[in-house]
Amino acid sequence: MVERLVIVGAGMASGRLLDHLTGEAPDAFDITLFNAEPRGTYDRLMLSPVLAGEKCYAEIVTHDDAWYAKNDVTCRFGEWVHGIDRDRKVVIGEKGEVPYDKLVIATGSTPFIVPLPGHDLPGVIAYRDLEDTEEMMRLGDTPGTRAVVIGGGLLGLEAAAGMAARGVHVTVVHLNGHLMDRQLDCEAAGLLRRALEARGIEVVCSANSKEIIAGDDGRVSALLLEDGRRLHCDLLVMAVGIRPSITLAQAAGIETGRGVIVDDQLLTSDPNIFALGECVEHDGALFGLVAPLFEQAKVLAKTLCGEPAHYVNKEVSTKLKVTGCDLFSAGDFRDGEGRECITYSDAPSAVYKRLVIENDRLIGAVMYGDTNDGAWFFNLIREGADVSAMREMMIFGPAYQDAPPPPPIPAPVLLEAIA
Amino acid sequence: MSSPKSNLTSMCAIRSTCPYCGVGCGVLLGPDGQGGLDVRGDQDHPANFGRLCSKGSALGETVSLEGRLLAPQIDGREADWDTALDLVARRFSDTIAEHGPDSVAFYVSGQLLTEDYYVANKLMKGYIGSANIDTNSRLCMASTVAGHKRAFGTDTVPGTYEDLDEADVIVLTGSNLAWCHPVLYQRILATRKKRPDQKLIVIDPRRTASCDLADLHLPLALGSDVALFNGLLAEIDKRGLIYREFAENVSGLDEAIAAAKADDLSVTGLSDDLLTTFYDLWCGSEKVVTIFSQGVNQSSSGTDKVNSITNCHLATGRIGRVGMGPFSVTGQPNAMGGREVGGLANMLACHLDIENAAHRNAVKSFWSAPEMPEHPGLKAVDMFRAVGEGKIKALWILHTNPAVSMPDADRVRDAIAGCDFVVVSDITGATDTARLAHVLLPATAWGEKSGTVTNSDRLISRQRPALPAPGRARADWEQLAEVARRMGFKDGFDYETPAEIFREYAALSGIAGGFGKDFDISGLKDLTDTQYDTLAPTRWPVTDGKAGGRFFADGKFFTPDGKGRMLPVTWKPPVARQEPRYPFRLNTGRIRDQWHTMTRTARSPRLSAHLGEPFLEIHPEDAKAKGIGPTSLVEVKTPNGTAILRAMITDRIARGEVFAPMHWTGENAPAARVDALVAPVTDPVSGQPESKGSVASIAPFEAEWYGFAISQAPVHATSDYWALAKTYAGYRVEMAGKETPEDWVDEARRIFGLPDADVQTMLDPAKGTARIALHQDGALKAALFISRGPVAVMRDYLANLPGEAAPMVLSGKSPADQPDPGPTLCSCFNVGVNTILDAIETRGLMTVDAIGEALQAGTNCGSCRSEIAALIKRAEGKEAAE
Repeated sequence: MVERLVIVGAGMASGRLLDHLTGEAPDAFDITLFNAEPRGTYDRLMLSPVLAGEKCYAEIVTHDDAWYAKNDVTCRFGEWVHGIDRDRKVVIGEKGEVPYDKLVIATGSTPFIVPLPGHDLPGVIAYRDLEDTEEMMRLGDTPGTRAVVIGGGLLGLEAAAGMAARGVHVTVVHLNGHLMDRQLDCEAAGLLRRALEARGIEVVCSANSKEIIAGDDGRVSALLLEDGRRLHCDLLVMAVGIRPSITLAQAAGIETGRGVIVDDQLLTSDPNIFALGECVEHDGALFGLVAPLFEQAKVLAKTLCGEPAHYVNKEVSTKLKVTGCDLFSAGDFRDGEGRECITYSDAPSAVYKRLVIENDRLIGAVMYGDTNDGAWFFNLIREGADVSAMREMMIFGPAYQDAPPPPPIPAPVLLEAIA
Repeated sequence: MSSPKSNLTSMCAIRSTCPYCGVGCGVLLGPDGQGGLDVRGDQDHPANFGRLCSKGSALGETVSLEGRLLAPQIDGREADWDTALDLVARRFSDTIAEHGPDSVAFYVSGQLLTEDYYVANKLMKGYIGSANIDTNSRLCMASTVAGHKRAFGTDTVPGTYEDLDEADVIVLTGSNLAWCHPVLYQRILATRKKRPDQKLIVIDPRRTASCDLADLHLPLALGSDVALFNGLLAEIDKRGLIYREFAENVSGLDEAIAAAKADDLSVTGLSDDLLTTFYDLWCGSEKVVTIFSQGVNQSSSGTDKVNSITNCHLATGRIGRVGMGPFSVTGQPNAMGGREVGGLANMLACHLDIENAAHRNAVKSFWSAPEMPEHPGLKAVDMFRAVGEGKIKALWILHTNPAVSMPDADRVRDAIAGCDFVVVSDITGATDTARLAHVLLPATAWGEKSGTVTNSDRLISRQRPALPAPGRARADWEQLAEVARRMGFKDGFDYETPAEIFREYAALSGIAGGFGKDFDISGLKDLTDTQYDTLAPTRWPVTDGKAGGRFFADGKFFTPDGKGRMLPVTWKPPVARQEPRYPFRLNTGRIRDQWHTMTRTARSPRLSAHLGEPFLEIHPEDAKAKGIGPTSLVEVKTPNGTAILRAMITDRIARGEVFAPMHWTGENAPAARVDALVAPVTDPVSGQPESKGSVASIAPFEAEWYGFAISQAPVHATSDYWALAKTYAGYRVEMAGKETPEDWVDEARRIFGLPDADVQTMLDPAKGTARIALHQDGALKAALFISRGPVAVMRDYLANLPGEAAPMVLSGKSPADQPDPGPTLCSCFNVGVNTILDAIETRGLMTVDAIGEALQAGTNCGSCRSEIAALIKRAEGKEAAE
């Protein structure tokens, strides 16, 4: 008998899950897909290129109406889910209930809004979805407009660069002493800052925001910093992080922590309810990057099909999607007892690399300017192999590893050795 | 850059003579009109028939004016000639007036032309009235001079190079001919190709490159030559090979044989089988030439060694006839000219004797000399001892580098530094010795000078100028004559051309001829300037009755009784004794592609690529026992000094012995001044130092870091150990130190002198790794590679990078599509080891000739052919193993 599967949320994890299920078990489930946004799955990572004008929305849609039709997925888009009745095994939507045999919660995350005075003013937005993107894009239509982005992390900088590319004067306000402090060390962040400044973006680090000030029209007009600086803006984008969306699960009495708690099969505390994506907490970890989400989708698809599969949390890597700022970060790159660093710095070409080694294993990598070997370093980190034999040449990347290093023998000895 | 392949039209070719060893090869010089010189072998010169060795082939790379001394300097400041010459003349005159003629000295060189030598000798012995003129030939030839005089009555080389072509057996003793006189070695190999039955025997404690193609190698214990040749003489006697008829003309036969029989052959350490084979070969044919060189001469019993050889040839009458004779090969282009002219403190002039009143008076009257010394002057070691003791207060050093090349070189350096007044004539101010001078006089160099030299087989050849004198440089004879005139000796020194000097010299030799001496070139005394300029290579003697040829076949010698002399000689060990503190015997010598203290050869990238670093040959067992690995640096200590050298672990050297090349100096490897290790012990007869018999201890040099650097400009390294070599792109440096600088980037900027260059770094402080590259305007200026162990990078690839865009230089490796040529094996055509290995392995070229055809390697001077053969042999071995 065909099982009834209901999925709440059509983000990227959910989209990938559907890909697996429709590809590997096309007739196993009768699928209903809820999404609060009035559309199906698109590649959210590609919003930044859309914002920067390098792509259009149509190009980043991964699942369109035709796809859902072809795969017999019942779509309930633009419809909020009010609750889950676990006893009756039904999902309660705005437009009616849908019974399930298996339920997948994929509600994703919500941007964190710093509760500053004025945070709810018109013109204060997060950077999460197409609507946010479009609002930023519109700002570029008016010459001379200004924007402030709070948060110099991955998302904030992509937003800043995107708006700057549209002619908006952007100031990035960052709490930490250097940009992208979760992904970059000071040196790489300095190179990044110079690159951003070169494209007209102002960067204010070590900056505490105090208040968002309204203008005469009631819209946002400036950000006031603790030090008294006032940054004028027509739009204020908060990009200081995300929180798992767990309200629905919580309300249904499913076990939650910071996220919806799942085991290695992505099963929640309810034997018929799974959770997936940015809303989950697995082994104490939360998720904000796409790679583990895809891995979760794969494991969940197998589990639903009755195949054994385990989700294991692995190291993640980051790339910044700002054209011209090549940047890569993976693993743990902080200094610490027992940690050793190899650095490569090429000031004239603005290239910087830093590898962090602990117990002869590569545990972190940061690269700026030349990230071609990122995947290779990322693999070394994930494999956790002993790198002591390759240590001297490692930072030069895979192209320099094929042959063993030349013998450390000056000419006279070498000649004698062969003669 | 010159190339052996380039076309030199005979239109512009100027015939001259190579300035390196005593083979005296003819060269054709083609100036390119921009200061460069194309150099090729002269097909018509009887010393080489067109052949050149790697050093001669690279001469064109050594004539640039980079580093040349172009103006006189007084106390480091530029001065005009008049001021400088007046100062030299005044200081010498004042010193002589106050302290007597023996308070001044000249230390001259086998680099001087005969005309320069003649003027220096005349000034010192005839006008200053002292015999304190000695030459660096003391370090290389003095024992042969003394041995020749004892055996023949004069310093006469009996035979000619043609004897090498005609001999059935050639013995090399104390001579790595393949590296030190490559053209003669190639001549022998060419003969052996035509006459495969010609035998080659090498007597040497080391298995040198000369052994590679030899029929027999006798690895005798260091310094035991006298015992070996005594063994031979006893065997000659035993086999009844004494040539009784010839022995009529020889005195001392019985005493010499008695001494030979009484000597202890066991000290050679040679097996009976080896000895028998040697005796059989030596005795088996009359046509035996025994070539000897520094291994014989540089010894406290050097003169005895020479005579142990001449004894065997005199006893068998194998002398002065075609294809036979004792044959000394000299190490300098004009060592022979210096000997002939009287450049040694114990000679007068033209083979006349200083202590002989008749000789002295004849020369005195010929020169119209005011003063003549009646006793020999101070020989080199004693001369510098006297300088150190303050007895010599004014010293003029011409074209030699005693602060590096003398034994106990640190003491000699200090002695020169402490001397009241030091004049140095040289082509560069950048030598260990020139840096100590009060007055520096810029001299014309090879390629600019005009005069004559005499090679090892008595052939007088012209060195002719092909380039203009640069800056204010002047010929040495001019400098000497100028000073002489300013000292008040106006009449004796009014020369205007070298031809004038040569004619006077030839005329003086007629007086020697009149005394019955061998050296008589009076047949050349009336040469016109044009005849002098066009003088073809001419073997002395040259008189109305005699022209070249060989000596002594007629049984007529130059001793008072007209007989040849055999000398009773007995083996004596080297003076320094091995003891627990100094358990090793230290041998020193030359390498193939460098010459003397490298002032010329170090300018050639090609020559610097072969053995780019000072090294110490150590037997594998000794290395193991001392914890010395194949890339270690070794600290060598002797009672006289300390050096740091790269270990070259090889069974070419015997256990208990170590060998170091003597070329490196304070200019390119200050921790590797090998003569600072050598004891100032001399042969009592010849005064020649025992450069090959010091005792030493060895231990790993405990470096905290090792470094390798490349740079477009010279590098100001200051670490405990560093060795600098020239490359086509600039320089390469090996380094090591016991103290790690605080900041490697600062250190790199400092040693390269690039405070503002763009920097690239790779740093792994936990492992002690640091790589720093400095770029300017998109081009690499310099790079430094530091490691806790010996640095593992592709040196030969990196060496070519300075001056180019090299964004990945810090990787230390060539990109995959650019194969690493490896260390240069063929210096003439700059072909690397890896290139040759690749040709062997992938193209299947299994003969030296096939390699030559494909890569040109080994087709010019041929001195790398044995190394190519070894590579092929190794490849064959590998194939067989597979």
